[in-house]
Amino acid sequence: MSIKKKKELSPTQQEYQQFAQEREPKRPIVLNCIKAFIVGGLICTFGQVLQMFFIKYFHFSKESAGNPAMAVIIIITVILTGFGVFDHIAQFAGAGTVVPITGFANTIASAAIEHRSEGYVLGVGGNMFKLAGPVIVYGVFSAFVVSLVVVSLRALGVM
Amino acid sequence: MLTGHQTWVFETKPTIIASAAVGGPYEAKGPLAPDFDLLHGDIRLGQDSFEKAEQKLQEQACETAIKKAKLKKEDVQFLLSGDLINQIVPSSFSARTLAIPYLGLYGACSTSMEGLSLASLLIESKFAKKALVCVSSHNAASEKQYRYPTEYGSQKPPSAQWTVTGSGAALVSDKGEGPKVTASTIGRVIDMGLSDPFNMGAAMAPAAVDTLEAHFRDLNRDPSYYDLIATGDLGRVGHKIAGDLLKKHGLNIPEEILTDCGILIYNKDQPVVMSGGSGCGCCAVTTFGHFLNRMRKGELKKILVVATGALLSPMSYQQKESIPSIAHAVSIEI
Amino acid sequence: MDKLIWAFIIGGSICVIGQLMLDGLKLTPAHTTSTLVVVGAILGGLGLYEPLVKFAGAGATVPISSFGNSLVKGALQEFESSGPIGVLTGIFHITSGGISAAIIFGFIGALVFKPKG
Repeated sequence: MSIKKKKELSPTQQEYQQFAQEREPKRPIVLNCIKAFIVGGLICTFGQVLQMFFIKYFHFSKESAGNPAMAVIIIITVILTGFGVFDHIAQFAGAGTVVPITGFANTIASAAIEHRSEGYVLGVGGNMFKLAGPVIVYGVFSAFVVSLVVVSLRALGVM
Repeated sequence: MLTGHQTWVFETKPTIIASAAVGGPYEAKGPLAPDFDLLHGDIRLGQDSFEKAEQKLQEQACETAIKKAKLKKEDVQFLLSGDLINQIVPSSFSARTLAIPYLGLYGACSTSMEGLSLASLLIESKFAKKALVCVSSHNAASEKQYRYPTEYGSQKPPSAQWTVTGSGAALVSDKGEGPKVTASTIGRVIDMGLSDPFNMGAAMAPAAVDTLEAHFRDLNRDPSYYDLIATGDLGRVGHKIAGDLLKKHGLNIPEEILTDCGILIYNKDQPVVMSGGSGCGCCAVTTFGHFLNRMRKGELKKILVVATGALLSPMSYQQKESIPSIAHAVSIEI
Repeated sequence: MDKLIWAFIIGGSICVIGQLMLDGLKLTPAHTTSTLVVVGAILGGLGLYEPLVKFAGAGATVPISSFGNSLVKGALQEFESSGPIGVLTGIFHITSGGISAAIIFGFIGALVFKPKG
């Protein structure tokens, strides 16, 4: 959400916004950060265990073990989303489930499941990226810009 | 008859001869459960989609109210209904089933009192003998439309509210026994520049205060006239703001009589409820179920219900618009 | 063993940064994750993300910031092997697994599950 242009509001409006803000329950930032740290940390640790498991028993290399580990986390997220459990975990964990790959998988799974009633093509297919879209668009665009900059700097001998 | 600037006084006192409230699983766990005519354990009511479920809620509320009045659908001249879903589809499709001449309304969460005001106007002006008001909301259908898919994992802040899954209906008549609609103040749109859809209470409180001021000014009445003054869905956050704002404006409403349907409908410890209930259904089920029941039992004689609505759309929020709000007040006496 | 500890600490810390963006800056989850992806891409371009991966393992690869890093890594790797056009063609090389898995299993989820509300 963008920061509201305060100068466009009348004095009464500004006064009321101040009034309302004083009466808004403060978000428990510290408690939320602790919960995010613990849940996020646990998810990443679980990912690390999975990677080690795939290296030891399935002979993946250190670089490629990330892929099956990620796939397992994604499958678990879809299942938890489908059983209506993921949103309860997320209410508790906040960024602890939003920031890891679980967040990305949940945006796709929840949107796909929700829009079943509109059919599989326009509903599921058309809405799947409703919430995941920004991550992909901005990820790709920024990667493109960064890569061009890096490549140019290397060509100029700077990097 | 028009009194003051924006208030209608109903001299013939249109009577609510029957009312009904239908709710979902969350409402069944709340303190007002005994005042519901029908409670569902399945949020989809066995239908294919949440939107169809909301339509079913309205049909059940309307049919129950008509049955309680010992009448048939053909005895009702007009159906005034509304909801939160795009193009008020649940209301229109329910009207298709009921086959009563239909006036669709949109006032966001203020639709219940908008509908009751207009129904009473039809009765008072003798343009109808019986008019049925029905509004609804559905938690999953509105989350899907206004915010996020229902299984999406986002963390709601403490100021967020939980949309009520429920429908309330009231059958207003030119004769008969029951609580009577005596006056109605139509609100104007108030916008204080707030734009957080997770804090509707703060956005709507100024509209409630504006309409309350107009009501008492137009009727030259004191708040102590009423046994109960209830806002629709300000929630705990909005209720506190409204209370303080009223004091600041010099309108003295005793704390014991000022309440909010969003606070009453759920227990404080019910998870994810946060600041309280919201949605058209919130004010409708609480008023047409709980409050009217209390009036019929003789516990309340004069009440003022101020339904509050936030007039935003998912797109207006994305376009960085603020949230304009409106509130309509209806006084009901027995 | 300390690989696990660092995965926990670094992963948890990146989540705390995300939580501060959600609660402190009042950004939506979409804005927060998009920002972290862009930051991951920039750090990847500067060559600072890979050392974090070597050190923290899954603590750096599981958070969404790693997605940005992998996109840049893919683009630069393809540039090395096929020249300038590689910046376009290589972007999804490394991340293809994650995106494909999310789409495939998300779709299967839609076939199997109904929304609970």
